[in-house]
Amino acid sequence: MSEIKKDLVIIGGGPAGLAAAVSAAGEGVKDILIIERDIRLGGILNQCIHNGFGLHTFKEELTGPEYADRYIDMVRKEQIPYMLDTMVVDLSFDEKTGEKIVTAMNKTEGLFYVRARAVILAMGCRERPRGALNIPGFRPSGIYSAGTAQYYTNMEGKLPGRKVVILGSGDIGLIMARRMTYEGAKVLCVAELQPYSGGLKRNIVQCLDDFDIPLLLSHTVVDIKGKRRVEGVTIAEVDENKKPIPGSEVFYECDTLLLSCGLIPENELTDKLGAKMNPVTGGAFVNESLETDVPGVFACGNVLHVHDLVDYVSGEAAAAGKNAADHILGKNAQENDGNVINIKTENGVRYSVPSVVRPAYMPDTLTVRFRVGNEYRDKNLSVYLDGKQLMKLPKRIMAPGEMEQIILVKSKVSEIISESGVKEHELIIRVEDKE
Amino acid sequence: METRELTCIRCPIGCHITVELENGEVKNITGNSCPRGEEYAASEVTHPVRTVTSLVNVTGGERPVVSVKTAGDVPKEKMMDVVAALKSVTVEAPVAIGDVVVKDIEGTGADVVATSNVAKK
Amino acid sequence: MKDVTIIGAGVVGCAIARELSRYDLDVAVFEKEADVCEGTSKANSGIVHSGYDAKPGTLKARFNVEGNRLIHELSKELDFPFKENGSLILALEEEGRKGLEELLERGNKNGVPGLRIVEKEELKEMEPNVSENAVCALYAPTGGIVCPFNMTYAFAENAADNGVSFVFEGVTGIEKLKDETGEVFYRITAGKETVDTRTVVNAAGVYADVFHNMVCEKKIHITPVKGQYCLMDKTAGGYVKHTLFQLPTKSGKGILVTPTVHGNLMYGPTADEAGDCEDTSTTAEGLDTVLSKASLSVEDLPRKTITSFAGLRAREDGRDFIIGEADDAPGFFDAAGIESPGLTAAPAIGVHLAKLIAAKLNAPEKKDFDPVRKGIPSIALASDEERAELIKKDPLYAKVVCRCELVTEGEIRDAIERTLGATTVDGVKRRTRAGMGRCQTGFCLARTIPILAELLGKSTDEIEKSGHGSYYIDGEIKDTL
Repeated sequence: MSEIKKDLVIIGGGPAGLAAAVSAAGEGVKDILIIERDIRLGGILNQCIHNGFGLHTFKEELTGPEYADRYIDMVRKEQIPYMLDTMVVDLSFDEKTGEKIVTAMNKTEGLFYVRARAVILAMGCRERPRGALNIPGFRPSGIYSAGTAQYYTNMEGKLPGRKVVILGSGDIGLIMARRMTYEGAKVLCVAELQPYSGGLKRNIVQCLDDFDIPLLLSHTVVDIKGKRRVEGVTIAEVDENKKPIPGSEVFYECDTLLLSCGLIPENELTDKLGAKMNPVTGGAFVNESLETDVPGVFACGNVLHVHDLVDYVSGEAAAAGKNAADHILGKNAQENDGNVINIKTENGVRYSVPSVVRPAYMPDTLTVRFRVGNEYRDKNLSVYLDGKQLMKLPKRIMAPGEMEQIILVKSKVSEIISESGVKEHELIIRVEDKE
Repeated sequence: METRELTCIRCPIGCHITVELENGEVKNITGNSCPRGEEYAASEVTHPVRTVTSLVNVTGGERPVVSVKTAGDVPKEKMMDVVAALKSVTVEAPVAIGDVVVKDIEGTGADVVATSNVAKK
Repeated sequence: MKDVTIIGAGVVGCAIARELSRYDLDVAVFEKEADVCEGTSKANSGIVHSGYDAKPGTLKARFNVEGNRLIHELSKELDFPFKENGSLILALEEEGRKGLEELLERGNKNGVPGLRIVEKEELKEMEPNVSENAVCALYAPTGGIVCPFNMTYAFAENAADNGVSFVFEGVTGIEKLKDETGEVFYRITAGKETVDTRTVVNAAGVYADVFHNMVCEKKIHITPVKGQYCLMDKTAGGYVKHTLFQLPTKSGKGILVTPTVHGNLMYGPTADEAGDCEDTSTTAEGLDTVLSKASLSVEDLPRKTITSFAGLRAREDGRDFIIGEADDAPGFFDAAGIESPGLTAAPAIGVHLAKLIAAKLNAPEKKDFDPVRKGIPSIALASDEERAELIKKDPLYAKVVCRCELVTEGEIRDAIERTLGATTVDGVKRRTRAGMGRCQTGFCLARTIPILAELLGKSTDEIEKSGHGSYYIDGEIKDTL
């Protein structure tokens, strides 16, 4: 079995991996390898043929494949090596050398090892399957994750069904409601367990309202009929404890049930590596450098936490790429002053990425991303550092489907922590009522 | 005075915009956080438009279909006409991003262009 | 004229077919589904019972203990996954001790080796996550876990390799007739086919009463009893090592918590009368019952469900297996009423019935019988060296199709191309585990379908989940616009 050495291995050639690679190359790291399991770069963007990508990054509205192509172009221009149709099957840490050992295989090289000084995890996420939702009933064909239906429709030009019910109002489900309508299918309704949508507002307007597709909030599928192929589903309203309300059942005759009930970061390799995981995000815990607790292993994009916009993925991945480059080039070897800020999220804020900040390694401005756990209107988003209010941002609306962010300014942070006289600090992010 | 509440779809922020109308004419627009929002709201209450994304068939390509979009916005009520008109369109591989697939689709003035690359088989 | 016609390609029918293939006989198996292992055999606990449960003297007791012994050997000869992980029957209250002692005595009478009662302290050592309420347990070291799919495929493939033919057509009628010498034979109707056969084996699972009653005066009656299960993610797989049963109480038989042979964790089954013989639907109440009762056996029951399913057991009114030649239908052999411990008992039932039938037909043993079957190599379980070796032979063993279970195109092609290979997506899934993982075919479905289409010479639109109209793709986009 062959073994090669690389400065940086990036696992995944989707939007996160591509942006990380371009950024690291821009910082001067040349010995990079992107490992992608699909037969083309670009990841899930290739099948996201709808528009709405790139407004932040490129200041214009692109479709998924166009957005991916911009980065693929940059990767080609930088001549960053990549391997397609190649699966990473194991990832480990060599305590003696500090190297990361990536085990991968493909049809031409067989099984091989790559010893890397740094690794960027950019494996993306997967969709929550039916089983995880505990939907009772039969198990016929015609039950697809929205992404699988998207693959068939957009990559193969095939219809996965004609009369469709969608469970879950995640963005892919909303997008697929429009896509399948455009291609000749009838979408009967979208049922959402929560009292609010899990997707972006614009998608509800453009993908459902435009086509008079009803969005049934606080509803779920309670039965699936059909031994061979889906023949129909029963939808019921749920109470505040998410229990179906007896008597509210309505049967929908359909041949297809699409599931868009959330995404789960794909962290099998991170688990094998033994990095500490955050149960809220399903991704690794990372510090300000987007570095896991395994030195030299960075994470970005949906494998770290599920994003709503690819623009934010690219931004985060670029930061991870730069930080990995700093690690490889020894640029971050400045004196660590031992200060640590633990970020605590409470009162409606579910998590933050990063979860810990070492001020010595902070860039001039640091983006902290997070999500709220409920829909909030006309609230303040407050940030406290060592008890001092750092920010009070009035928010017209915050929703679980949309990622929020704050920007920490290094000079301001340093000023406050230098006053406290201790090394351990606490930054609190919370939702508060307006006075 | 009539007021219309809209969710802006010009960008993913999704601003909540209030439009005040008098005799069908826009009097006041609030809640937008950029000029694009104002433009959207005014347009949405008078003549709504959309970008349409879909697929057309490819012959001789590594994939059977290529993704396309209207290069500009088309009237909202024309969305399904645009898609239906694409049914009879077939292009030959290779196809590159930006290639014009149909000029002035359904008299909307917008061209339909490819949004992905499909190499020859 | 066929010598033997077996109705049903479940684990029992296939085990009988495999044992019959030792003899110089013309044997055919008829199956109404598109694949073998499509009924009860695909949806059960996957437990190799030790044999303490059945009443001494019953057929269940006899074939359970014999079957358990045989599976140990067969899993090597036929290369299917089996693990002797041992079973623990938990007494969750002090009154249970008496019940355990009764089971111990019963097990000893049945000839189950190694049974003993373990006290709380030892139990905690054996199973650190066991419920604090567990007072003591009966330990059955010969209890095991098996892959019920691959056990069935192994029997079927080995039978087919040794000359048994498989016909995927449902039997709709059996007539008992006499030839010119007065000898009884049977005329089987299956779809458009009519087959004459000297003997019949009724291994039709929940439908076995239908076929028995077509030719026998002494009627039997089978009730389909539904068992619902929840399967947990592999990250919960190590939560218990042994199969944990609950001592049956007045309120019911209890729900088991077990690792599966593939490293998942599984809870189940419920036991409720099913609506009909095709009612494999799960219910909200059933799944709730599984989780709430399973939580009695362990502390902090993991709730990482990746799928849930239901299977039907063929419960005969007499509550014992019915095995052997029918009194009033010479040459008609029943393997009916095969509920738990049917999976364990199947190999022993196979040996027993094959001997009876061979004797009746005066069939000699074949000299060229090959008892060995090789399973599909697993990249997921292989060491890096073994992986490299497989890939060297066929580079498609490096092409991952199912990322959750790490199944490669090489394995999927093997599953389709081998004897009685898969013709459906479910067939590939159960043979290779592609789609059995935490994303439940979300990723691999679109990659499996083209491989099936290529090797079966079909279009991708024709590929189905389990046959009989379970299509995936419904034509081209825009075709109705």
